[in-house]
Amino acid sequence: MLWPKLARALFAKPLTDQAPLVPQETVQALGERLAVTSRARLGRSLAIREVDSGSCNGCELEVNALQNVAYDLERFGLRFVASPKHADVLLVTGPACLNMREALERALASTPEPRWVVAVGDCAVDGGVFKGSYAVENDIAAVLPVDLLIPGCPPSPAQLLEGLLSLLEAESAKK
Amino acid sequence: MTGPASSLIRSGNPQGAKPYERFLLSPTAWGQLPAALRQETTLALLGLWADATQVHACFLHEPSNEAVLASTPATGWNYAALSPARPGAVRFERMILELWGHHAEGAVDLRPWLDHGRWSLRHPLAAKPIPFAGEAPQPEFLPTEGEGIHQIPVGPIHAGVIEPGHFRFSVQGEVVVRLEQRLGYKHKGTLSLMLGTSPRAAVRYAARLSGDTTVAHSWAFSAAVEAALGATPPPRALHLRALMLELERIHNHLNDWGFVCNDAAFAFPHARCGLLREGVLRAIAAAFGHRLMMDRVLPGGVAPDIAPRGTEAILAALDAVEAEIPALMQIYEAHASLQDRVVTTGYLRPDLARGFAAGGYVGRASGRAFDARRLPQHLPYTNFHFDTPMLEAGDVDARVRIRVLELGHSIALVRQILTNLPPGELMAPLPVRAGEGMAMIEGFRGECLHWIALDDGGLIRALFPRDPSWLQWPLLEAAIEDNIVADFPLCNKSFNCSYSGVDL
Repeated sequence: MLWPKLARALFAKPLTDQAPLVPQETVQALGERLAVTSRARLGRSLAIREVDSGSCNGCELEVNALQNVAYDLERFGLRFVASPKHADVLLVTGPACLNMREALERALASTPEPRWVVAVGDCAVDGGVFKGSYAVENDIAAVLPVDLLIPGCPPSPAQLLEGLLSLLEAESAKK
Repeated sequence: MTGPASSLIRSGNPQGAKPYERFLLSPTAWGQLPAALRQETTLALLGLWADATQVHACFLHEPSNEAVLASTPATGWNYAALSPARPGAVRFERMILELWGHHAEGAVDLRPWLDHGRWSLRHPLAAKPIPFAGEAPQPEFLPTEGEGIHQIPVGPIHAGVIEPGHFRFSVQGEVVVRLEQRLGYKHKGTLSLMLGTSPRAAVRYAARLSGDTTVAHSWAFSAAVEAALGATPPPRALHLRALMLELERIHNHLNDWGFVCNDAAFAFPHARCGLLREGVLRAIAAAFGHRLMMDRVLPGGVAPDIAPRGTEAILAALDAVEAEIPALMQIYEAHASLQDRVVTTGYLRPDLARGFAAGGYVGRASGRAFDARRLPQHLPYTNFHFDTPMLEAGDVDARVRIRVLELGHSIALVRQILTNLPPGELMAPLPVRAGEGMAMIEGFRGECLHWIALDDGGLIRALFPRDPSWLQWPLLEAAIEDNIVADFPLCNKSFNCSYSGVDL
């Protein structure tokens, strides 16, 4: 029977969560960064290329969760793309393993300007627990020009979403 | 435990490791091991590693489910290779050469593995590492010969949100003739950071060996420490560990089931599995305060306790999963276009699964039933009833089916654990003294094996955490052979090996 199904669908709550509140101080800081670099603006839609520089894969689990129906990243105009050549944002996890350094540099070189670089997770922010190892750079900023840090081990999808929405707000804010 | 290799190992000098004894063999006796292993095919190699002066191997006597460890001094940096008798030894021998500098004589393959020539030192775990400042060498791949063969290099950065690694496909037309993996991009020097620290400090590295397996690795590490020190965690802690372990299995199985369907362009199961998994993760966060349960299992017990509302949240989330599995399975089975992509794809021969001692769903879909939860005296699992599914088909579909069956079994286990959760303490005190221990805990991919040796001050003198992927990655190379390139994502996801877990 179709009718009960339709009725249930009409009265059921949507599966997707409400958008989180965006932290205004982050938006302001990003806006200032935009003003200082006086770079062109990207508009209200961002293509993201995720690059793992040697994480434990915990961050990847949560970044992937952003795409499930509860967070539904694409409704905000944010989507993951397969190539850095198509990306506005490089979203980087992990402590920048030395074995990944060249790949990171090449990914950055392939990402057209204007672009954002977002360091995700405690490892990307300052090396996390892997700080001081012979095999890591200690933080993403040692290899790439980082614009935004989203700490956490791993950051939850809600925290990731807050950070990414701040980028969108900063882009769309008036100068 | 009988057989030429078992007897040879047991003729060595016992070193007092718990609960599985470690026997020290002379270089001559160790040199006879490959020949003896060829005669005793039921003695599976689970792992091979080293410390500054010795090389260690862990074997499983499959008829009795008993493990045994063997060691030999690496005299003049040399030891006899086991790879001629056990193919699973190849990558371990490559790793041992790079990390500790011990050279496997007669090895099948000693090309660089983890060391890509980018570190400022060589043999970082040797007593005296050698400074290095050369150019990074170009990787060497095995040759393929034949008409019209071309190569497709993929990675280290892949197209999706996944871990980095390089795949070199040799392809004839659309058919993969050979796949060779080159990993090590995620080498973080984890072992060097753990050595010389206390188990309490080092457990956070075990929790971050492979984030999706954080509970299993933390438990295996903690259990190895507890075995070394003769400590037993309180019953409530053991039950909570098993609860978390099964929840970890459930959320990963849901995730990968969805992703396999998605890789065949079938988005609906992916969307539903993603939503169900999100429900489970939120229940886990409500119960344990962390969505992946990182840093909850500690040497001696667990912390913190399950939150008062946690039980309710977990049961509700699992009811939703259980209610939807039949409908999703019906969709999975009823669509010929999806079945066409998974049935007979990525076939793994049972003899290869046995030869490499593949654990988890990779082994169980190809007729190897080992499940570490069935090891003798494995508390709290001895208190519960559960099934270990096994199939022989060995294809992507079989690996998916094993995981769907395990979903149901794990949900039943969680309910049993929650109804029988004993009250009491969460932590047992750990003595500060020397000891050596090993443990195997059945993570979602298979058994996580941790071995640890503590010095007189209770600090870590030597250790090795062996992720199940060590013995599964090479089999992916075999399973993809003669499949089309477009089916690689399906094969790969049906294995879902950990990069971080083996890159260390």
